[in-house]
Parts: sequence; C-alpha cells; structure tokens
Amino acid sequence: MSLTTMIVKMSEGLGKTCSIFFLTLLFALPLGLIVALLRMSKNKIVSGITRVCISILRGTPLMLQLLAVTYGPFYLFGVSVSRNKLIPVVIAFSINYAAYFAEIYRGGIESMPVGQYEAAEVLGYSKFQCFIRIILPQVIKRILPSITNEVVTLVKDTSMAFTVSYQEMFTIGKQIANSQTSFVPFIVAGVFYFVFNAVVDFVMGRIEKKLNYYK
Amino acid sequence: MDKLLEINHCRKRFGSTEVLTDLTLSVEESQVLSIIGPSGSGKSTLLRCATLLETMDGGDLIYMGRYAARGTSEGSVYAPPAELKKIKSMFGLVFQNFNLFPHYSVLKNICEAPVLVQKRDKAEVEAEAMDLLKQMGLEDKYNAYPCQLSGGQQQRVSIARALAMNPGILFFDEPTSALDPELTGEILRVIRQLAEKKMTMVIVTHEMNFARDVSDYVVFMNGGVIVEQGDPRDVIDHPTQERTIQFLRRLQDQ
Repeated sequence: MSLTTMIVKMSEGLGKTCSIFFLTLLFALPLGLIVALLRMSKNKIVSGITRVCISILRGTPLMLQLLAVTYGPFYLFGVSVSRNKLIPVVIAFSINYAAYFAEIYRGGIESMPVGQYEAAEVLGYSKFQCFIRIILPQVIKRILPSITNEVVTLVKDTSMAFTVSYQEMFTIGKQIANSQTSFVPFIVAGVFYFVFNAVVDFVMGRIEKKLNYYK
Repeated sequence: MDKLLEINHCRKRFGSTEVLTDLTLSVEESQVLSIIGPSGSGKSTLLRCATLLETMDGGDLIYMGRYAARGTSEGSVYAPPAELKKIKSMFGLVFQNFNLFPHYSVLKNICEAPVLVQKRDKAEVEAEAMDLLKQMGLEDKYNAYPCQLSGGQQQRVSIARALAMNPGILFFDEPTSALDPELTGEILRVIRQLAEKKMTMVIVTHEMNFARDVSDYVVFMNGGVIVEQGDPRDVIDHPTQERTIQFLRRLQDQ
C-alpha cells in the first residue's frame, strides 16, 4: 500500500476524530462548570457525592471508562451494543473531561477575590447576575492556560477510541499497520495529531491574547 | 431632621468573640458622620452590617423608616429578599481597595448596575455617568480599564460607580487606606465636594484632620462599643474619655 493510499484512508477517519473532539468539548465544558458548582455546594451530601465521582473519573483510566460506557449496558442489562459507537464514546469522553474541567473551574472560581462578590452584592446584582457577568468572565481568563492543556490532551486521547473499534483516524491507522505490517501509519497518525494540536495552540493563543485587554 | 439610617442595639459576634456590643447609632439627612478608632474596634464590621454584607446577631437596622432587620429575642430577623433589594438601592459603599470590575471599562463599571439592576435607560445613565466622571476629573478615562488607572483614579471611579445608583447614603470603608499618601488628597477632595452638595455620608477613616474638617459628627469606637461621640472639634480636639485620649495621642506620635 502506497503512502498516499494510507493517508487518504486515514483521513477518512479524521471526520470521526473531529466529531469526538468537538462534541466532547461541547458537552464537557458546560458540564464541567455544573459539576464544579455541585462540588462547591454548601450541601455536604451534594459536594461529597460530587467529590467521590470526580475522584473515580480521574483515578481510573479513560480506556476503562470507554469500555464500561460502551459495553457496560450489554453486560448489566443485556441491552445490545449500539451500532453507532460515537454515542458511547462521546458520553465517556464528556464525563471524563468534565471531571477534569470541573476541578479547573473550581480552582479558578475559588481564586476570585471576595471583594468582587461584595461589590456586585452592594450594587444590587443577584447572585446569578454576579456569577455570569462578574465572576465567570474573569474565571475563564484565569483558567484558559489550564484548559488549553486539557484540550491538547483531548486531541491525543481521541486515539483511545480504538479500544471500542470506533473507526476514527487512529483506529484505521492501527488496522492498516496490522494488515501491512508497517509502522508508517503510526508516523502518519503522529503527524496528524501534531498538526491538529498546532492549530489548537494557535486558536487558544488567539483567545488568550483577546482576553489580555485587562489584567 | 429625618433619620436616614438607624441602628439600634446592634450585636455581632464572630464565633465566641463579640465584635459589636449593643451599639446604637443614627444618621440624619445631609449629615457627614465619621467613625474613628483603633483597628479591631469593630468600625468596619459596623459598616459591613449596615451595608448588609454581614448579618447582625441582634438589633434593628432601619433605612428611612423601613426595617432591613428587626431585633427580636431570638436575634435580628431580616426582611424578605424583595424588601432587602429595595433597601439596598438606598445606599452605596466605597471599598478600601476599590473592587472595580477589572474586565469592564470605566464607563461599564459605572453604568451596568443602574441599567441592569435599576432598569434605567442606558443612554440616560451613560450621560449621567459622563457627568460624574467630569466631576471626578476623569472624563477622558471613560474608555480605560481599571488596570490602566492609578489607585487614586480607581477610587474616584468606584465613588462614581456608587453615586450612579443615586444612593441616599454613601458609606466609605477607609477610602484612602490603600493609597499612597500623595494620592489621598484627591479622594478627600472629592468627598469634601460631595459634603458641600449635602450628600449624606458615613466614613470610616484614619485621617483625623480630614474627619475634623469634613464631618459634622464623629464617633469614636473601641472594643465594639461607641466610647465617645459628638462634634468633631470636641471629640478629636478635646476628648474626655481616657481611651480616646490614648488613641489620639498615639496617632500624633506617629
């Protein structure tokens, strides 16, 4: 198989790689914020349960979580494994990344000076208005470098979907590597991820710069 | 004269420490009241109770005849949120370290709350804000961000932000304590201008000369109680209580 054929075949999986990536961000970023707020809840039961969930999600391999979400329903309830693997893959990724994002959000929110809340309170902002308008925009600026880190990791983690045979770019590459007994597909995959992350770095850098209008 | 603010038998404790003990104070319209005293005397706590940033453990808090909190045998009972929201619009607070919103321009810092909270017309609020900035000598800074301003300028913006809500009373919590000595003058000048316009103000301050010049009533606090109060020339220049004399002497020695 020629290099060009390999690249073309693997590119066909790029759409699926991107689906995992963008859908995970779409769900995990807001979900992480909700989890962070639950984690900081004054209700000890709520915050305790959330803390345990976060620690399980961060303390076990993503690969295991992928397998659990994809095949768990079959073993537990006899539900047949869905043919569209994108759904379980995105669910597993979103939950896993939400746990990481939640801790980043929490760090950002807790680093906000109490004076910002008090100023808003005295001016009559409701708690919700204060959070949305005053706190969250500043938190986002503060946590952006840590978020970039996670996003870069997410790009590479999409390759984990091969464990449930979801036909994304890396899974296809691995199949070609096996059938052709060649290492070349892995090099191609490496280049793909590197370029993908170069774009991520560029975009996140632009966003950071845009938020740099204040200190 | 009308009483804008009445605090009756206020008690406040943090854990087992009593910070305010049976404290009673009232502020009349157009009065400029200064609260002085050593640190830890409870003056900032009193201000935070009055501005609803802290809840009192006992006593009444009344703004223009409306109860924000009513003292009962079980402690202070606060009014429902809707009433508290209305009461909150009757006063403003200027913080020691400004607490401007760093991600907002000067103009947005001033205009957002009147538009968002008081539902006033944006154009009208902005015109008023520009007037306020002019009074503060900052009309060319409306588009700047707080980080581009000096401490004194930031504090003037935060005074404008409080004034834009048209408060009946303006509280100041040590408004010059976070500023370099050469910058305190500009803030004191602004407060003096407001006093000339008959703005009702309550000022916690360490600036004795300023307190004497600008206020018509001075309260000296120590250990959570009012030790001495009255005309500033009496309290500051001719104190009668031992604790007041000690405090003022120590200030002079510095």
